[in-house]
Amino acid sequence: MSLIAFLGAIELGFIYGLVALGIFISFRILDFPDLTVDGSFPMGAAISAALIVAGYNPFLSTFIAILGGCLAGFVTAWLNVKLKILHLLASILTMIALYSINLRIMGRPNVALITEETVLTPFSNLAEYLGVSNYMLMPVVFFAFAVVVKFLLDWFLGSEIGLAMRATGSNSKMARANGIYDGKMILLGMAMANGLVAFAGAIFAQSQGSADVTMGVGVIVIGLASVIGGEALLSPKSIAKATLACILGSILYWLAVSLALNADFIGLEAQDLKLVTAILVALALVLPGSKFSKMFRRGAKS
Amino acid sequence: MKKALGLFKATVSSLVVASAVILSHTAFAADKFVAVTAIVEHPALDAVHKGLVDELAKLGFKSGVNLKIQHQTAQGDIPTTVQIANKFIGSEPDVIVGISTPSAQAIVAKAPKSQAVVFTAVTDPIAAKLVSNLKKPGGNVTGTSDMSPIAKHLELIKQAKPDTKKVGVIFNPGEANSVSLIEMLEKEAPALGLEIVKAGANNSGAVLSSARSLVGKADVIYVPTDNTIVSAFEAVVKVGIDGQIPVFAADTDSVKRGAAAALGFNYYDVGRQTGQIVAKILNGANPGDIAVEYPTILELFVNPASAAKMGLVLPASLISSAKEVIK
Repeated sequence: MSLIAFLGAIELGFIYGLVALGIFISFRILDFPDLTVDGSFPMGAAISAALIVAGYNPFLSTFIAILGGCLAGFVTAWLNVKLKILHLLASILTMIALYSINLRIMGRPNVALITEETVLTPFSNLAEYLGVSNYMLMPVVFFAFAVVVKFLLDWFLGSEIGLAMRATGSNSKMARANGIYDGKMILLGMAMANGLVAFAGAIFAQSQGSADVTMGVGVIVIGLASVIGGEALLSPKSIAKATLACILGSILYWLAVSLALNADFIGLEAQDLKLVTAILVALALVLPGSKFSKMFRRGAKS
Repeated sequence: MKKALGLFKATVSSLVVASAVILSHTAFAADKFVAVTAIVEHPALDAVHKGLVDELAKLGFKSGVNLKIQHQTAQGDIPTTVQIANKFIGSEPDVIVGISTPSAQAIVAKAPKSQAVVFTAVTDPIAAKLVSNLKKPGGNVTGTSDMSPIAKHLELIKQAKPDTKKVGVIFNPGEANSVSLIEMLEKEAPALGLEIVKAGANNSGAVLSSARSLVGKADVIYVPTDNTIVSAFEAVVKVGIDGQIPVFAADTDSVKRGAAAALGFNYYDVGRQTGQIVAKILNGANPGDIAVEYPTILELFVNPASAAKMGLVLPASLISSAKEVIK
């Protein structure tokens, strides 16, 4: 694996780490299986790309993209809390609606950003000024994004509102009995979760040079693999460690993809990519913890 | 926490060691190196790849002899296109070929100005911001477009069914290429006294109901080079027979699957055309000096039996001028 491919995987790991943090809020904190992310990720990309192409400031565009994601999450939560639609169905409804909305936002399925000024342009200029390659600086930039979001989230989940949100997810009846507005907590948490995912979508589009309406397909799968993979690696007992696990899980996933792309020498071909990725993620989770060897010693029992 | 981090380090380092092993294996004695990527496995895109490899071999760059060809597809994932672009750029091939708009965009966004990039199967390279000028692209990027000769397609429909007023078009509004084609159709139709009636289908499962929505609203159905719709072409043919609406296609392969007629190029030839451009670059040409090319070989395929089932008798002149008549 070349350095560019390795650093590229780290970069994608941090971007999708933000998705994993969003899914952590909905899936783990609120216990809300949320498929909205397959729509809110391209929505963040769509809003930021459409505004940037229209000549708006890229930072403002990205901020509005985050608000768009928050609105999407809010709608899902509202369908669930106010209209009593089952959470899974509520998120599916928002997700499929967002496909059309994203097409409307962009006016076309694909908006190219290759020649536009984006939030990453100042960092590219900095790289040029420092005399380092773009691909070396970008992982640092996305590391900074991910770390800032992680610590803000840690702080929030330790605050009074954050604790109320966690209580809602653990036991909504008990939370309500203790005077927590559990419905409001779900509305707030889902808005936060999808705002984060939209943020990831916005910076991903700006990093890869285009927003495409199909780029949301499977975001929930990658995000869940990151959250659960990270948990398997770190077995977190605290919030700070759990959020760290999300980001590490995402990096692990993208390293596995990158490695699978490099597995062509053993006779694996292009069509084997996803199979190899799945096997590598499974191996990475099992091998280092020596659970694998235990499995052999104890036989079928474990 | 410490132990957990150690565990993660162990995982990462095992991945890194594995990659080092792989790296040592990729050292390969070859004169030239071309890396090819596509967004997804798909008959048309695979045909482009095959045409590219065959043409390069014909021009003296034989895969495995004096040319190393690497091929990756993103299996439909946009983020994976980025990781493939990173991988290719890191291995510094002589030329990177991006098949389809998303794959080409990821490469152009990530590649340094010194890296030659050739795109293909991109309908609108200007809208995709791959190049700013078709005649003289400048920079490090050129390629071939698969824009259909829309005006010729509409003329064919007029010729086959002269009383046509309304042309129904089924397309996936999520495919950038198709949206460019629709814009062209709407621009060209009025000159021939035609009106375009659109029907969208977001996935191949929705094609049948989308085609049915055109019954009574259109005189013919035209299927552009849209990946989603072509995947479910048989559904359109079924509606054409049930509703007695002749179905025309943009690609000749679909005529075998039941379209009444198509005047098109085939993707294998697009791949060969791309191969010629790649060979020029391997021989030292500068990508920025090579104009973006459009498909040049157009062939008429007709299927009179299928047309009859859809209530259309193809004119004898049309059948006699066809390159291939499907029985």
